[in-house]
Amino acid sequence: MKSLLIILLSAMLTDNFVLAKFMGICPFLGVSKKLDSASGMGIAVTFVMICATMVTYPIHHGILVPNGLEYFDTVVFILVIALFVQLVETMLKKCIPSLYSSLGVYLPLITTNCAVLGVTVLNIDNNYSFIQSIVNALGAGLGFMLALVIFSGVRKKMEYADIPETFKGVPATLIAASIVSVSFMGFSGLFS
Amino acid sequence: MAENKKTPIQEITKGIIKENPTLVMLLGMCPTLAVTTQAANGIGMGLATTFVLLGSNIVISALRNVIPDKVRIPSFIVIIASFVTLIGFLLEGFVPSLYESLGIYLTLITVNCIIFGRAEMFASKNGIFASACDAIGMGIGFTLALFIMGSVREIIGSGQWLGMDIPVIHSNPMLIFIMPAGGFFTLGMIIAAVNKLTNKKPPAEISCGGCESCPMAENCSGKGSAEK
Repeated sequence: MKSLLIILLSAMLTDNFVLAKFMGICPFLGVSKKLDSASGMGIAVTFVMICATMVTYPIHHGILVPNGLEYFDTVVFILVIALFVQLVETMLKKCIPSLYSSLGVYLPLITTNCAVLGVTVLNIDNNYSFIQSIVNALGAGLGFMLALVIFSGVRKKMEYADIPETFKGVPATLIAASIVSVSFMGFSGLFS
Repeated sequence: MAENKKTPIQEITKGIIKENPTLVMLLGMCPTLAVTTQAANGIGMGLATTFVLLGSNIVISALRNVIPDKVRIPSFIVIIASFVTLIGFLLEGFVPSLYESLGIYLTLITVNCIIFGRAEMFASKNGIFASACDAIGMGIGFTLALFIMGSVREIIGSGQWLGMDIPVIHSNPMLIFIMPAGGFFTLGMIIAAVNKLTNKKPPAEISCGGCESCPMAENCSGKGSAEK
């Protein structure tokens, strides 16, 4: 039984979803240009991750396992996430318009974010308990936000750099991401 | 794409070079980076994705007049996820070693932007045969890109290639290339090389192909604002 703090910190730092596990690269490269959109996306992803975990965990252990239907995991989970994102979007629009105006833009992008499906599947694969799963989802979400926020700072500086024509745009961004990833390698072995 | 009809051969070849999903259209980055520590894994992932792409493109194209427009995204998701489950079983049964090494990324084929993008952009508008050709072309292009990535990283990072030892490098491998950081670096270099060779202006921005290819664009409240 790993303690909750270790699960939280290792999901955030050593097993960072973006920089160590390569999940959610598309939003990482696409939305990390500005600090406020990076943090907005990070908060939205963290929120959806936790809620999706809260829904998929009982479905897996309460409905699918007793009936021997574990192989439906992928189909059910992705549907739950898609429905959930739609639901959250509609609810925010009706109930908390101010929050919707800051987060709403990012919500539709989340359905196809592999980090969300990844965290729900990993929770099942690692045999986490319900509380551990939620903590893991929280750590993964915070780690995602951390990577996005740090990287948005790097990219802001990169705008002033004189980059060779061939490397402009995506190649330079990827190489910068590689250097940020090196810095996260420093955390490896911290909790093992 | 109804206005400029292409022959089946053109449908296949466009996915390999001109519209290579990974290196030119920059879709499906997550598996590209994650599984390419070895060339063999790259091929395995590429073929698994091709299988799912072929299956989903054929089924979606066959059902394109039956599925109502409003619920097409959930329908596509279910079709794709079913094929992912299927390939998971097949690999687990016949190639357990590949199943082990692909791990969770096999499940994550479900949310691969390439499959979604092709379903939305091509299969839902074209006939079954054209969709199958498109899927094969895109699949080969993806497999090829993964194979190149995997070869570079395996040769430099572990001094081996498809299990064979490479003389000099094998004794002094640069381990960083099989670590996550090396993945980003290699992909950046390969895309830069492709830009240089094709003499193309590099794409300014990625966000899963932008709003045109985004399956959620229709329901998206903030079109374009996320990628500014």
